[in-house]
Amino acid sequence: MFAGTDVAGALQAAGVTHVVWLPDSDLGTWDAALSAAKDLTLVRVCREGEAFAVAAGLWIAGQHPVIILQCTGLFEAGDSLRNALYDLRLPLFTIVGVRSAKALRAGTTSDSCPVFVEPIMKAWNIPYILLDDSRPVSDLADEYVRARAENRPGAVLIAE
Amino acid sequence: MMTHRQALEVLAQRRGDKAVIATMTSAGIWPDLADTPLDFPFLPSSMGQAPAFGLGIALAQKRGVIVINGDGCTLMNLGCLVTIAAHPAELFLVIMDNGLYEVTGGQATAAVARTDFAAIAAGCGIPRTYSFADLDDWTAHAEAALHGPGPVVVVLKVEARYGQKTPKPRRPISEQLQRLRKGLASMD
Repeated sequence: MFAGTDVAGALQAAGVTHVVWLPDSDLGTWDAALSAAKDLTLVRVCREGEAFAVAAGLWIAGQHPVIILQCTGLFEAGDSLRNALYDLRLPLFTIVGVRSAKALRAGTTSDSCPVFVEPIMKAWNIPYILLDDSRPVSDLADEYVRARAENRPGAVLIAE
Repeated sequence: MMTHRQALEVLAQRRGDKAVIATMTSAGIWPDLADTPLDFPFLPSSMGQAPAFGLGIALAQKRGVIVINGDGCTLMNLGCLVTIAAHPAELFLVIMDNGLYEVTGGQATAAVARTDFAAIAAGCGIPRTYSFADLDDWTAHAEAALHGPGPVVVVLKVEARYGQKTPKPRRPISEQLQRLRKGLASMD
């Protein structure tokens, strides 16, 4: 898992203004660093559908938010995601923690979460990359920068 | 009791320079009352997400934002009241409480005649909450409710109507968004 200070630094360097999030136990290790980041505002929500709507409002008012959530929250947030990305056509960017992804590869889990994440990203037609610990944190920021330059939605899936 | 339209007429007269996000039944009525770039009928929307959408706008700039939400919409995302309380901004959430899912024809919500949205909002930490069931009372206090620091929740108990249909947007959403962005940017 990337260090929170590295993620916060990369997001700030990429021009992200707000992180709208509902973390899980892995992503939650970034909390202190994201909270302390001088140029990032952390917006804590109660449910993941809210995250897409808050990010939509921020974007419309000229900010550059990123949404961070666990894949379970991605599943919950479908209608809000649909509205923001396809009705409103907003180029929102999401970082998704994929619960049990490493365990699935190792054949040591019956958790259904990781099975459905990539098919769902494809169904929503959201361009994404999958990262794990072997990749540098700059890959995450680079994907955000690419999506922003192309004015399109994007996502990074992080194997947990 | 007041009608939905009467309640919104008072709101339109007292909204000042705030942006207004209107959902569901209100999105069908509001363009008759106000149609500036700062008036955004949220059609199509994701039911329950307008308060969060308005919060994002309110956090991003200085202009106040009024979100007109239905009671059914609010029930779909009650957690938004906690989120709004956690992030102080000039957000004014107006909940139109008629006890019905009106745009689907008039089916009762689970909350009908039982749930006190203002009390829930206060319990979530919203510092100013109001509830009005009478047009004269709402008219007398709307100015105070809609000004001063946010966040604020205003519950307006309005007459239920049956047999209504989902309102249709008067402009493409892309045009609505473009107008709203320009309107918001005009104050920066």
